[in-house]
Parts: sequence; C-alpha cells; structure tokens
Amino acid sequence: MTAMARPATARRPPSGAAVGMAVQVPERASEPGWLKAARQRAATWVDAHGFPTTKHEDWRYTKLDAVLAVPLAAPPEGAAEDGQASLSSGDLPAPHLGGSRVVVVNGWIVPELSAIGVALPGGVRVESLASALQADDGRLEQSWARHVGGYPHALRALNDAAVCDAVVIDLPPGAVVEDPIEVVFVSLPASEASWWHPRLVVVAGAGSSATLVETYLSVPGGPSVTNAVTQVHLGAGAQLAHYVLQGERRDSLHFSSLEARLGPASRLSSRLLATGGRIGRHEVDVVLAGEGADVELDGLFLVGAGQHHDNPVLVDHAAPGCTSRQLYKGVVSGDGHGVFNGHLVVRPGADGTDAAQVNKNLLLSEQAEVDTRPRLEINADDVACSHGAAVGQLDPDALFYLRARGVPEREARVVLVSGFAHEILERFGSGAIRQRAEELATAAGLIVLDEDGHPGGIATCAATGSRRGGLSQ
Amino acid sequence: MSAARAELADLAGREYAYGFSTDLDTDFAPRGLSEDVIRLISAKKGEPDWLLDWRLGAYRHWCTLAEPTWQNVTHPPIDYDDIIYYAAPKKNAALSSMDEVDPEVRAMFDKLGISLAEQERLSGVAVDAVVDSVSVATTFQARLAEAGVIFCSFSQAVRDHPDLVRAYLGSVVPYRDNFFAALNSAVFTDGSFCYVPEGVVCPMELSTYFRINAAGTGQFERTLIVAERGARVSYLEGCTAPMRDEHQLHAAVVELVALDDATIKYSTVQNWYPGDAEGNGGVYNFVTKRGRAAGARSKISWTQVETGSAITWKYPGVVLQGDGSVGEFYSVAVSAGHQQADTGTKMIHIGKDTKSTIVSKAISTGHGQNTYRGLVKMLRSATGARNHTRCDSLLIGPDCGAHTFPYVEVKHPTCQVEHEATTSKVSDDQLFYARQRGIPEEEATSMIVNGFCREVFRELPMEFAVEAQRLLSVSLEGAVG
Repeated sequence: MTAMARPATARRPPSGAAVGMAVQVPERASEPGWLKAARQRAATWVDAHGFPTTKHEDWRYTKLDAVLAVPLAAPPEGAAEDGQASLSSGDLPAPHLGGSRVVVVNGWIVPELSAIGVALPGGVRVESLASALQADDGRLEQSWARHVGGYPHALRALNDAAVCDAVVIDLPPGAVVEDPIEVVFVSLPASEASWWHPRLVVVAGAGSSATLVETYLSVPGGPSVTNAVTQVHLGAGAQLAHYVLQGERRDSLHFSSLEARLGPASRLSSRLLATGGRIGRHEVDVVLAGEGADVELDGLFLVGAGQHHDNPVLVDHAAPGCTSRQLYKGVVSGDGHGVFNGHLVVRPGADGTDAAQVNKNLLLSEQAEVDTRPRLEINADDVACSHGAAVGQLDPDALFYLRARGVPEREARVVLVSGFAHEILERFGSGAIRQRAEELATAAGLIVLDEDGHPGGIATCAATGSRRGGLSQ
Repeated sequence: MSAARAELADLAGREYAYGFSTDLDTDFAPRGLSEDVIRLISAKKGEPDWLLDWRLGAYRHWCTLAEPTWQNVTHPPIDYDDIIYYAAPKKNAALSSMDEVDPEVRAMFDKLGISLAEQERLSGVAVDAVVDSVSVATTFQARLAEAGVIFCSFSQAVRDHPDLVRAYLGSVVPYRDNFFAALNSAVFTDGSFCYVPEGVVCPMELSTYFRINAAGTGQFERTLIVAERGARVSYLEGCTAPMRDEHQLHAAVVELVALDDATIKYSTVQNWYPGDAEGNGGVYNFVTKRGRAAGARSKISWTQVETGSAITWKYPGVVLQGDGSVGEFYSVAVSAGHQQADTGTKMIHIGKDTKSTIVSKAISTGHGQNTYRGLVKMLRSATGARNHTRCDSLLIGPDCGAHTFPYVEVKHPTCQVEHEATTSKVSDDQLFYARQRGIPEEEATSMIVNGFCREVFRELPMEFAVEAQRLLSVSLEGAVG
C-alpha cells in the first residue's frame, strides 16, 4: 500500500516511441568480452523500450522528432579525419587553461590537437578508452554496469551501446591536480548527419581533488547529434570542481548527462553555462551515497530564437547528513523555450538532509516560453528542504529607477540582464575559466558587464538574442 | 522521542467516528457496468433522451480510455465490473417537507451531526443531503426560491430546469476530460445543482452532505453551480462513509461557472473513511473539480480540508478566462496511517490581468504519503497575469513522505509566477519553547500544526473551520514527535 520502497518516480523507464531504426553496435575485435556484452545489452534495451515521447513525464517539454530524423549511424573510426584538416589548435578556445587538454572530435580523441598529461602529478592518468582497457582493473566495467537494471531513457542506453571513444581520468587517493583538466568536444561536419556518443569517466580516489572543464563546440555544417555521458565517482573526501561550457552552433542537437556518485564527505560542484544548439538537454543525476557528501549545482541557460533548452536535474539524497544546493537561471528571448526540470529525492533514513533548489527565469520577448518543474520527493522527517521558482520579465520598478537617473532604456535592460546572469557567472571563478564563460555568454548575445559596469568589449543587445556562435570566438 | 514513536502506533488505532452504517432499505442496480446499466439508471430517474445520449456518449468514450498511471499513489487495480453503480435509499418520492424524510435517513444524519430537521432553526445553512447515489433531502428550498436561487438535487434540476442543466452540464469538465470524468458522466446518479441569478447574493451558505452507506457501491455524484453576472454564493461540501473492508470508489465531478463579477466560494471538508491501521478498506476519492471564471472580474475560490479517504486524488482548478478574474486554492491535506494523497490545483490563465493564489499545507504522519501536484499555466493571451504559490509540508515520524511536484508553464513575459515550498518536521525549537512554558508535547504539537494550517482554516466558513480543526486534531492524535 505504501510507496516507501518506490524509487524516484521520474526515472521510470518510458514506454516510448518505436525506434524505427536499428541501433548499430560497433564491432571491435580488440574490446574485452564484458564491453561487447554491455554494448549489446544496451542496444537490446533501446530496441525494446524505444525513445521517450512527450507522454513521458521527464520528456514532457522536449520533443525528439528533430533528433530522430538524424540517422542513427555509428560513426566509423577515423570519421574525425574528414574535417580534421580544417581544424587547427588555433581554432580551439583560447586561452589554454594551463593543464591537460584532451580534444575529442566527433567522439574520438585527437592526440595531435591535445596536450594529454601536462601538469599531472604522479599516478594521475588521463587516457583514451583503448588505453584504459589495456590497464583495466574492473573499474571501467562497473561504469558500464551501472544501468544493468534498466536505463532512465534510450539516449543513455545508446551511449553505452555505441560509444566510440572515452576519456578516462583516474585520480589515485590523495592526488591533488592544481591546473584544470580540460576536455574539448568538437563536432565537425561529416559527410552525412550523424550521432556522436562521447564519454567521460572520472574516478577520484579518497581525498583527491581536481578541476574538470568540459567545453562543447561545433563547426557549421549539417545537423549532428551529440549524446554525451559524463560519469563521476568521488571516493571519501574527494573534491571535484566541474564546469560545462556548451556553445555549439545552432544546427546542432546536444544531449548530455552528468552521472555522479558521491562518497562520504566528498564534495562536487558542477556549473553549467548552456547557450548552444537548436536543442540542448543537460541532464544531471547526482546520488549522494555517502554520509556528509555535499553537492552544489549551478546552471545558466541563455536561450534565443529557435532554441530549446531542457535542464533535468535529479539529486538523490541516499545517505544521512548530506547537503545539496541548486541554483538554475534561465534567460529566454526570441521564441526560445527554456525548461527546468528539477527533482530532489530524500530516501528513507537520509536524516539531517539539508537541500535547497532554486530556479529563476527571465522572459525577454513576447514569444519566449519557460516551463519549470521544481519537484521534491521526501521520505524522511528530519530534513530541511526548500525550493523556489520564479518566472517574470525585467522588474519594471528597477527599470524605472535606472531610467529616472538618466540611463537609457536599452542600457538599463543590459544592466539588469547582466546582473541577473552575473550571480551564476561569478561562480565560474576569476581566472581563465570565467573568461571563457563570459566569452561564450557574450557570443550568445549577453552583454557581460565588468565590475565598473562597462561591457566586456562586444556590444550586442541582450534582448535580441542575436549571436555569433561557432568556434572562432 | 521513543515515547512519541510508541504513540505513533496509537494513531493507527484511532477511531473513525463516522464508521457506522445504517440499515436503509436500498434499491440497487445490478453489479457491473454496461449500456444496459446506464439505460436503467437513466430510466429510473426518468431522464430526457438528450441526457441518456450524453451518458452513452461518455460511456463509449470511457471504453476507449485506459486508466491513468502517472499519479503518485498506488492501489490494487479497480474492477469496474464489481461496482454497483446505482444505490438509492427507497421511499425517495418527492418530498414536500422535512417531516417526510425517511426517519432512518434523518437519524443517520442526526448521528453525523447534520440535523436535517433542525437546520432551519439552528445553523441557517441550506443542506442537500446525498446518500449513496441520490439526494434524499434538500432544506431551505422555499426561502432560497424567494431570493431566486435554485438549489436542489441534480435529478430535480434535470426535471425542473432542463435548459439550464443542458446549457452548463459538461461545459467545464467535458466527459472527454479524463478517465474518471468519463466514468462519472456515464453513471452519475445525483448531486447538487445551484443557480444564482444575476445580481443575487445568496442569502445563506449552501451545503451538500455526501454519505456512502451501502456496501459494494461507488458514489458518482455531480455538482453544478452557476453564478450569473454579479451573483455571489458560498457552498460547503462534507463527506463521510461507513467502515468497510473493501475499497469504495468515489468519482465525482464538480463544475462551477462564474460569469462577469460573480463570486463562487467552494469549501470541502472531506472525511471519507480512510481505511484501518493496515490500510485495508477506505474510500478512493478520485474527483474532478474545476471552475470556469468565464466573466470579467469573476472569482472562484476553492478551500479544501482533506483528512479522510484511503486515497485522495484530485486537483480542483480554475480556468481564468475572463479578464481580471481571480482564482484561489487553499488546501490542508492530512495523510495518516496508510493514507495517500496526490492533490493540488490547476490554474489556467487565459484572460488579461488574471490572478491566482495557491496555498497548500500538507501534513504526513504514520505511513502517510502526501503529494502536492499543481499546474500554473499562463497562455500567451494572459498578459499581466500573476500567480503566487506557497506549499509547505510537515512531516511527523520517520516513515511518512511529503512530495511536491509543481508545474509552471509561462508563455508571456509580462506574467509573473512565484512558487515557493518548504518541507520540514515540527521544529524542535518551537516545541522546546512551548514545553518550557509547561505545555505538554502533544498539545504543543497540535498547536504548532494548527498554526501551520491557519492560513487555510481562516478561509473556511466558521462552522466548517471548527469542524476542520477538530478533524485535524483527531487525525493527529498520538502522532506527535
């Protein structure tokens, strides 16, 4: 009768649309048996369950039609080489963040463009899937085994089935990596529209600490689907500062999932700046599995004309004494559509949980739309949980205040929008990562003001949603 | 704390004061659902053809539907062919005065504290009493008629005011709305009808008292309230049922229509039988309630206190169609024992400058599961619309759950929507403060819980506010911690 044992309702497997196309599992003789079996298992799951539709609660606001129109071809090994000639390290975002850089083009690591192993202390490994499989100690197998009981939806399963390459980062216990480890995912136009399934696996041993930056970019061309999965396992007391900068071109379709499992007293901060793609969906699944773990999730999504961004964020308090904070902000202009789909679960026995979930959205045009769904699911009584959501336009009183002091309307709007976004942007620190975030935000039409209220050099109007985008920012 | 845990066990054993059943001579339809049963119900009630056709249309549509599964409650599958869709206490020929009401029915209502005979002298509230499927008595009709207000059973309205019923029936909740609305439209047997003409302020509170009495029956009533331009009406609804081992289905439909400048206030104190300590028996309260604030500056306000039912699953909503119309939803939902509640509201803003307020207070204790689910939707036409939502949950005991699933959909930049919610247990500091001043723990908890619900209780008409507070304290008896 009671629903106590029920897991988070939001991740019920969908009874979805027919796949309509066969999932191709890459055949690679060099891969170990367990990986072949895992790929097959995932492909079978997709065939059996199909893709989610808007009837599925978690996909209520995101249609996959445009995505499923792209043929599910498995990118051949070396597909990246086609367009690689046109790409040089000068096209990649500058400045280099100073640490290790891995460049993944169309799902494959390109060593020529990367600087793997720079500024890494002893024992820390950053490597490709093939290389990690050679030294495999069973940890990668666990990574593929996480959804044995069923996937939350077909896209995650698809990544398991069809992943081409993976970036595997291994931090031994106690390792401290000072400089950010950077992974740049680039979509190049291929001869035909394709799906890429990049994968990033971070295993952080007890007491280790690192900074990880993911940047997603694309070169104009045909539509492509990026279906990325990032997995993070934090051991006891490990700390990871994680940043995602998503700025693909407007013809791209972007899906990414962060799956994090936090051990006792570990700490994860994950910050997202999302501006790119026709469709962008940035899933976050965090399980607070060890006592006293702490997670901070921040997101800023700048959604302009013709864009759709969905942010499903699931925080699962499975252990006592954990803390979680979420702050997601959306700025939506043109006929853009922004979605926040937060879900906070407190399991029975997770006493002492302290959780807060906040989503605020700014609508800048008549055609813009925001849907927000901040959900709480609480099965323990000794908790303090709160959530809040707000949707509105720029505060007319604040606009009036500025105009009464002689600030022209357009500038006043810029000040207010910039101030709204600033709360998230300032969480990108003060160095090169912040600079890159501000550049991306600027390219998306947001005028980022500096401390003195001066725009950072580029004058586009925040309200028009006009943007330059692309690689050469 | 351990003493409190022990007391938690007592909670399950609390008495449901309305659990008696009355031996009424009852007229039943055969068990199960088919077109024949619907024809039988319609014939028994002497309905016109258009209504039978409407019922059959609803039934045929229902046959094409699958029962929804998205709700955050669990129950064994319902066998729709094992329900008696029509049960009526016999001797319900037209009554000309209260004295003609079956003495057993009157005794039952007396026992419930709703004295039909004494209504006039004591409370000044007009009551329509519905037992199982049919309305057995409506008080105060004459005085209401003087003011031009029509307040009668649904069957009588079909007979005496067919044009009004036909114009508004299904206009807010069409039978295609959802699974249970379709079922209700096919088999509804009675309910209340109220029509307040232009400019009339209804001279007294109107009230319907629902009672499931017979075993193996479902209750499917329909309430329709229409307030013409400038009219005002306040309507109360109360519900109880006997204790039975099997689950009983209650799938009602309530439709409200408010034209220009009209105000409808609809209050519910729902105390259906919640089931026993192990979660056996109890009423499934799956109700569709919706108001259409059709006119400019019209106002519809829902207030509900949900303490009963094994499962409560309903979203009284308002479609804010008229410019400047106002929707309100105030709710206290208590889930004790093995009760489950998935309730909230829907505010659909269509007109300009429409405003809605949502205040939801959920209290979970024992193994109770309480879900607030609410939709605030602002269409592109709803310029300047505003909503404020506040939903708080209180957890008492380690085995209960409180969930909040708000949906906010905004399509115009001038709309302003705010949603806030908190979930916590009864604050140790507050308890300590009260106990330090010599107030026993149970009393202190009750005081804190009452304070938590105050915002909603003060929206209730006075008679109901008292009843609601009493119900709350009964529900929470022994639940302190």
